Amino acid sequence: MSMAELNNENVLKALTDAFGDAILHSEMQFGMLNVEIPADRNLDIIGWLKSNESLKMEFLTDLCAVHYPEQKGRELAVVYHLHCWTKNYRMRIKCFVSAQKPEIASLTGLYNAANWMERETFDFYGVQFSGHPDLRRILNMDEMDYHPLLKQYALEDETRDDKDDSFFGR
Amino acid sequence: MSQLDTRNYDKFVSTETIDGEIATLNLGPTHPATHGVFQNVMKVDGERIISSEPTIGYIHRAFEKLAERRPYNQITPITDRLNYCSSPINNLGWHMTVEKLADIHVPKKVDYMRVIIMELARIADHLVCNSVIGVDTGALTGFTYVFQEREKIYEMYEEVCGARLTTNIGRIGGFEREFSPVFMAKLKKFLKEFHIKFQEFDNLLTRNRIFMDRVIKAGPISAEKAISYGFTGPNLRAAGVDYDVRVMNPYSSYEDFDFIIPVGQDGDTYDRFIVRQEEIRQSLSIIQQALDGMPEGAHHADVPAFYLPPKEEVYRSMEALIYHFKIVMGETPIPVGEVYHAVEGANGELGYYLISDGGRTPYRLHFRRPCFIYYQAYPEMVKGAMLSDAILTMSSMNVIAGELDA
Repeated sequence: MSMAELNNENVLKALTDAFGDAILHSEMQFGMLNVEIPADRNLDIIGWLKSNESLKMEFLTDLCAVHYPEQKGRELAVVYHLHCWTKNYRMRIKCFVSAQKPEIASLTGLYNAANWMERETFDFYGVQFSGHPDLRRILNMDEMDYHPLLKQYALEDETRDDKDDSFFGR
Repeated sequence: MSQLDTRNYDKFVSTETIDGEIATLNLGPTHPATHGVFQNVMKVDGERIISSEPTIGYIHRAFEKLAERRPYNQITPITDRLNYCSSPINNLGWHMTVEKLADIHVPKKVDYMRVIIMELARIADHLVCNSVIGVDTGALTGFTYVFQEREKIYEMYEEVCGARLTTNIGRIGGFEREFSPVFMAKLKKFLKEFHIKFQEFDNLLTRNRIFMDRVIKAGPISAEKAISYGFTGPNLRAAGVDYDVRVMNPYSSYEDFDFIIPVGQDGDTYDRFIVRQEEIRQSLSIIQQALDGMPEGAHHADVPAFYLPPKEEVYRSMEALIYHFKIVMGETPIPVGEVYHAVEGANGELGYYLISDGGRTPYRLHFRRPCFIYYQAYPEMVKGAMLSDAILTMSSMNVIAGELDA
């Protein structure tokens, strides 16, 4: 299969053709294709996207996590932004893991850039990237015993009520 | 002595261990040569680096957490403090991200005004980087030449927004006011005179034999490695890859302008220097084009829900007062969704990944900081190099602590 030009439709079709059930969900967000895949398949699907001759997602633009505490069993989303430079196509891949067992394979074998981005994600969200060569905190101090960007850590003193949103009808 | 072969100077350097002794050198966290707060623990054998272990985070200020508590317009001052050598690019990139989410279309004139400000910021940033490369090789003069010019750019920022370093320039939807006649006069004077001073700086360094011998082959990186390490911006282009967000995914009407993307070959310090020099010239040309083709129109979009009404209106009209209150208190309704927007920052692709749940603050905001991503290649780039080359490599990569640590 060769594609002269990549667009959301033919990339999604190529992914569905190749992986079928592993494409759990897909949607468009402001023109960008979002695809959700199982957390244990991230390495082979992203590896395929990178090595596939017509897709060639050779650039890992960004890697971060998002915390959704109310989604039980899938509290943490690990989000990958991939970019195919030769055909100038960007897409987003999401994997959900649970807060109890936040484990996902590391992409350091595919992209050197993933190294520090995964360390940052571990630092702030506690996501364990298995296979990472050196998974340590990067921006916070090593002695810290929590992952500060998780939503349970309110930014301000919880006893303060002068900044309570309920005063503004929320 | 015969002509020094700069492309193969390794033969002048001993590869033998001095008494087999390996020393640990603590470069940083505050060291005059690192131009920022970050540490490198280096294992050195004499002056040759065996390994380097960067430690970062000394000025980590939890911007992503702060952003989850701040209304959209209050996040702009946070972005100032990422790459503080070119704050306007960060500010305007953030405004464009919110505009993408809220489906705000700004007038063409705002695009052009933004281009002028962003290219001025790029010039200021590259001037700092390139002149500091000179300083680190021991050539202080060029630095004093171009810092005078950077001062003029800062004066122009001041004319537009009142601030110099942490600019907080512009608003969501446009600019707070028209470019003033003083700004226009300063800009025209700058365009007329800058290239003379810049040429003097160029003459001092670019073809200077001593400088060339010093920087050629220092801290090289191949194109493949650079891509894998997530390089973007001048550092990537120095390695020979012509990736530029302004051309790949044009924003703010960059497609209207005619400019070239300079690329290097070896990805070494000299190539990074040359690429930045040429980008300064291209930026000047873009500013001139934007100035010549400046469209008529308003300096902001008609979005009362995001753009503060004029103060006299607030005192006079009920509607303006309501909008004023809503904007200041962060009560503006915003769509639910996820958006990624990238701009070509002075150091590379500066991306904003914004998730909105419709609330007054972002649900999640992640900054793709080019510095943070490419600095991880540093240990590999300096491995086996001389200590003084490691300093040059660092300054030529333009590692800015604010952007590194967020």
